[in-house]
Amino acid sequence: MEEMKDEILEYVIDEYIEDEDDEITYDTPLISSGIVDSFSMVSLKRFLEAKYQISIPDEKASPEAFDTVNSIVVLVKEFIG
Amino acid sequence: MGYSDKVREMYKEQIKGIHDAGIFKQERFIHSAQAADIEVEFPTGSSLKKVINMCANNYLGLSSHPEVVKAAHEGLDSRGYGMSSVRFICGTQDIHNELEKKVTEFLGTEDTILFPSCMDANAGVFEAILTEEDVMISDRLVHASIIDGIRLCGAMHDTFKHSNMGHLEKKLILHADKRLKVVITDGVFSMDGDTAKLDEIVELCDKYDAMVFVDDSHASGFIGKTGRGTHEHCGVFGKIDIITTTFGKALGGASGGCVSGRKELVEMCRQKARPYLFSNTMAPVIVAGILKVLDILSKSTERRDKLEANTKYWRKGLTEAGFILKEGNTPIVPVMLFNAKLSQDISKDLYDEGIYAIGFFFPVVAKGQARIRTQISAGHEIHHLDKALDAFTKIGKKYDILGKTKQEIIEMYGL
Repeated sequence: MEEMKDEILEYVIDEYIEDEDDEITYDTPLISSGIVDSFSMVSLKRFLEAKYQISIPDEKASPEAFDTVNSIVVLVKEFIG
Repeated sequence: MGYSDKVREMYKEQIKGIHDAGIFKQERFIHSAQAADIEVEFPTGSSLKKVINMCANNYLGLSSHPEVVKAAHEGLDSRGYGMSSVRFICGTQDIHNELEKKVTEFLGTEDTILFPSCMDANAGVFEAILTEEDVMISDRLVHASIIDGIRLCGAMHDTFKHSNMGHLEKKLILHADKRLKVVITDGVFSMDGDTAKLDEIVELCDKYDAMVFVDDSHASGFIGKTGRGTHEHCGVFGKIDIITTTFGKALGGASGGCVSGRKELVEMCRQKARPYLFSNTMAPVIVAGILKVLDILSKSTERRDKLEANTKYWRKGLTEAGFILKEGNTPIVPVMLFNAKLSQDISKDLYDEGIYAIGFFFPVVAKGQARIRTQISAGHEIHHLDKALDAFTKIGKKYDILGKTKQEIIEMYGL
């Protein structure tokens, strides 16, 4: 669980943060704060599917479910089983 | 009544919100032809003011060139004012076909299709050539019209960090399973004036089997040794699969745009692109004008050479005066001020000095990146640039920002 949180956080920082001074945590809102726009959710979804060998249906990949690293972990765990 | 007082109030409130946010856009009426020297009515109702235009996309100074105006007159006389038709019913004249061939030759592609604007070209092209099986991978700073075109297309969309080739490569690997991959970029980015690394993009696309799309609206006519565009500048002439560009900037500045590239992709646009199918043909007068523009540019590089020299003079002058500029070598020269209000105040003071240059701030550019965007033209003479440099220096001194670092300006004015 902790390992997964760190992997996802690392990906989000690498993928979306342009300014190195910006700090984000497991609870930082990503979509509602504008750090990740709805366009860019695609790569996040694809990353999760490839990394954890899962398939997330589009209707489950909502902005709410993707809004924080913590909520993403909950979503991924649902599909890992 | 559908448009009740309640509905009217709702919109009034929204417009007030735009005012309150400081992003209300107001037109300035120009009472002369587009040129380096223009006469402007601003604010509305005030007497006309002669100013030097430092914010037009008139890079080659061809918007009011006598030969172009003459050719347009001749086109109007010989082919009429309008066609009252879309292209494929009865809206295609011989000169539309001639222009498509000339643009193909100029850009070094296989075929070209005209659109009413480059906005329309970008809105129509992706949907015409891609499906749900494909992916579009775009630079994060591409023009708004490309974003709209991407939204209208059913293919998957992903982005890469601005001009970050390592990140683009990761995305090409991530989407390796897609049927078609298209990498999408501007040739010259309109807000920062920087140039796409097209040579590296072409190399990556060759390696990972992807097509290359470039919007060269801020490059066609003057970037590259003979002004063919960013692909010429980067040494990849003939290697770009899709180029979109506009005739509304350097190439005469009237209107119209095109998709130019691989023959089959252009044919798909002719069959399926909705802005082509469902909007009127380009007016003959404009087509005749653009033909003359291409004729002028194919005979001599004098205008783009003058633009290059003017740009160097302007950049050197501003740098020596102590302003912070965005690095680059295009005629888009952003003077960085960082603070939104400062950019608006300086723009206003410059106008009072007879210099027309606009301040841009969030959301048009990133937060804390407010600037005055200046645009140089081959229509500028050295005396125009000297007068503008004097005005910038005077106003720069007034705000005590000359020779100051970014941090010092932010400390004085905030972000």
